[in-house]
Amino acid sequence: MNDTSLLTVEKLEISYRKDGLLLPVVKDFSLRLAPSETYGLVGESGCGKSTVAYALLGYLSEHGVITDGSITLNGTDVRKLDHAGLRKLRGGDVAMVYQEPVSALNPVLTIGRQLREARLAKRDCSKADANDASISMLKAVQLPDPAAMFDRYPHELSGGQAQRVVIAMALLAEPKLLVLDEPTTGLDATVEAEVVELIANLGRKLGTAILYISHNLTLVGRICERVGVMYSGRIVEEAPTRQLFQQPRHPYTAGLLGCRPYSAAAGKNRRLATIPGNVPLPGQEPAGCSFGPRCQYFEPGRCDQLPGPILEAVAGPTRVRCVRRDEIVPQTLVPVSVAHRPKSGSSVIEVEALVKSYAPRHALRFGGKSPGPEARNANDKISLSVKGGEILSIVGESGSGKSTLAKIAIGLEEATSGRMITFGQDVAQVRARRRPLHLLHKIQMIFQNPDSTLNPAHTIGAIIGRAVRCVNGKQSAADIKRHVDSLLAAVALPPEFRHKYPHELSGGQRQRVGIARAFAGHPEVIIADEPVSALDVSIQAAIVNLLLDMQAHAGTTFLFISHDVALVRHLSDRVAVLYGGQLMEMGTVDEVFSPPFHPYTARLISAASGRAASGGPKSEGKVGQHASCRFFEQCHVRIDGLCDRETPPRREGSESHSVTCHHELSELAMQPILVSETM
Amino acid sequence: MSASLGAADATMVELRQNFFGIWAAIKRNPSATAGIAVLLAWGIVAILAPVVAPYDPTAIDFLAAADPMPSSSHWLGTDSTGRDILSRIIWGARTTYTVVPLSVFAAFIVGIALGMPAGYFGGWIDTLVSRASDIMLSFPALILYIILITSFGPSLCNIVIAVTLAYAPGVSRLARAITLSLREQDYVAAAQVRGETSLYIMAVEILPNARGPLTVDLCLRAGYTVILTGTLGFLGLGLPPPTADWGGMVVENGHLLSIYWHMTVFPCLAISSVVISCNLVADSLRGGRTR
Repeated sequence: MNDTSLLTVEKLEISYRKDGLLLPVVKDFSLRLAPSETYGLVGESGCGKSTVAYALLGYLSEHGVITDGSITLNGTDVRKLDHAGLRKLRGGDVAMVYQEPVSALNPVLTIGRQLREARLAKRDCSKADANDASISMLKAVQLPDPAAMFDRYPHELSGGQAQRVVIAMALLAEPKLLVLDEPTTGLDATVEAEVVELIANLGRKLGTAILYISHNLTLVGRICERVGVMYSGRIVEEAPTRQLFQQPRHPYTAGLLGCRPYSAAAGKNRRLATIPGNVPLPGQEPAGCSFGPRCQYFEPGRCDQLPGPILEAVAGPTRVRCVRRDEIVPQTLVPVSVAHRPKSGSSVIEVEALVKSYAPRHALRFGGKSPGPEARNANDKISLSVKGGEILSIVGESGSGKSTLAKIAIGLEEATSGRMITFGQDVAQVRARRRPLHLLHKIQMIFQNPDSTLNPAHTIGAIIGRAVRCVNGKQSAADIKRHVDSLLAAVALPPEFRHKYPHELSGGQRQRVGIARAFAGHPEVIIADEPVSALDVSIQAAIVNLLLDMQAHAGTTFLFISHDVALVRHLSDRVAVLYGGQLMEMGTVDEVFSPPFHPYTARLISAASGRAASGGPKSEGKVGQHASCRFFEQCHVRIDGLCDRETPPRREGSESHSVTCHHELSELAMQPILVSETM
Repeated sequence: MSASLGAADATMVELRQNFFGIWAAIKRNPSATAGIAVLLAWGIVAILAPVVAPYDPTAIDFLAAADPMPSSSHWLGTDSTGRDILSRIIWGARTTYTVVPLSVFAAFIVGIALGMPAGYFGGWIDTLVSRASDIMLSFPALILYIILITSFGPSLCNIVIAVTLAYAPGVSRLARAITLSLREQDYVAAAQVRGETSLYIMAVEILPNARGPLTVDLCLRAGYTVILTGTLGFLGLGLPPPTADWGGMVVENGHLLSIYWHMTVFPCLAISSVVISCNLVADSLRGGRTR
């Protein structure tokens, strides 16, 4: 036993009670954390990583039980602590930051009051001292104007600001260990990059040990010195970050790394590497190695024998749980390249000066100032065209208006002004209800949320069958069944799925059904609104490949809406970058991204590789209302007096490339490179 | 795990789930099982009333009225005119089992038919329906019944209308609220963009997902309706005498409560048993349904 370690977890086993049985969800979990070390715990959902975090703080739900092992934190056995002891531990030696920052703050108390209480609860000091400590901590988490922040209420903060406050609150008790459970999920990419950088710096500066839990390998790689990869309740590989990224030793780690879309790989080969299959549910793990059925190095007779593999050291500090650890050097599966896609070249959707504005809400205000009623434009004079057979991606953060544009195209919203011509008809102000059926059936949509895309009351067969009947008119039951089966086969689902209900399917499978439904009537345009953002990494890749296959096969035009720059770079023909409802840049993938011209595009790219952009204020600006460049508040090359007064002109770089900026293209090309291209 | 599921198994799964998960929810909960048993028992009694009732419920027997206390010939005693209490309670179950389902279903049909479009379309339909229900709900229900029934006379049909008017606004509010949240679901958007009619979307995409809270509400309101018809009977607005009616029995004999308790207490127990059973079933459905 290493006496210098801050946290020692030995052979921890955690089970959940279900129907009177104890199902182990975390097994043989050992972890040693030195003071001020940063450790990343990575895994897909259902791997037990959050359960471990809760166990460390003695916070398991009433169904969870620690069935074996020990947790020693700073010399105290956490399992033996009573209620009062746990209270002292939480927020004392160890603090935790959760995923949802807004629900972690009490909406009726000011930020300052909440921070002060966090300090007073753990330190014996006067109110004034606590206030001072709070303000300096707000400064430490790089919030603008900490003194003013002190008097604000949680609802006045943006998501990124709220998460900074929560981190400040956790740090005020001067914990020795800070546990962060997916702290940036739900934040926009550029904000995420800033928060991640903040966490990495704070850890270094304050000497707090950090346990960072995430599904995102890239982010973990940015922060942590060591990384543990969890699969199905066990750590399968643990290694220093650099080694893990350079040479993963477990096939699962290699698979996870391979699933990430590589910007460098863009070009001919658009498919992503995948890991076949799903994470097994607790209680349904295969004998032996639980990754066995999904592993390309699986060897019958060895990998499926009991007891399963144990975590053993290979090559220095790296530890791997694999029977064949000394024989294999796992490589990522080489993806099969996709067939040539036909391109018609003529435009199928033509958007001209499209504006969608939402009327301001007249909320009741109790005294105080009320901002002048000003309509907010979700889409501000957007013009673009979508060509037949291409994949056009629309990139932007939340609030950029990308979903609004999609909703207008599909008829779920109507534009305020401007034109959107699809197949020769202006549909900008025509809702789906009033559109002719033949036009409706030419454009279909794939939705973001796998939980709500399918009606829980109907079987898969009924859902797809209804779509088939709707589009193709009267058909015999046998015809419909045949059609449904062929659609299920096209999305790689067995025909028995016809009888299943959505809740019996995994997220990835539900998304497949959603794709089958969208393709039921051979539409000419498919709009996919963040189709993979709610899925696990390994599933994401398979769904993206499926979409690419179906697109290539049917020659469908694709409008792909996403915030994931790496993914967009990987699969698109052309890209449109939106910010605050304005079209910032438009062109082919290479024209837009390598090198980036528009300052916002540059920032997006740097955020995608987990780096906060240098330069520019570190805050989320409000979207401007008057005539201005929407990005000016955050722009690092803005020209005061021009960018905030006048709408920037659209500059044509080439026939297909345009940038909306006050700077000349030649100046933009010379802008300081914010990031290196490597990931 | 799933690929091995045969067609027969799949049909079973489908059959089971088409029970709306109600049976599974009830099986797990003994108090709900008791509630269902009591409701079923009263139902059987109501159907078999002519067979199981020992006396004619309206037959006046002054000889028996001389000693109305429970005895071997009249198990629960008789009322002041010598009518057998047990027989009247048994026939009263018939009244209850006619009035309550009729009026509750009518209230739900009207409430859903108004509330769902209000929630789905919004706009002026919503304003109209919501304001109308506000007005109805702001009106003391009891006064409404008195006005209605005194002007049109007590009859089965008028009682059903009165209960429908009283409950439909509440049901429509619930239906509207559920529809408001369900219409934002992606599967509703998917149905809209493939050109389904609004009626289809409400009936097939939204209504099946609203059945959970609506069923719970239905059970609760069934319980209230038993009380309500009792109250109407008590106010003399129930079915006209000499029809056997639990509420009516309470009022007919209420003034004798201090001497002849049995005349009032037994009909009251009958009312309570049905109300409590309805609430038990509603509770188990609320707890058992996760979606």
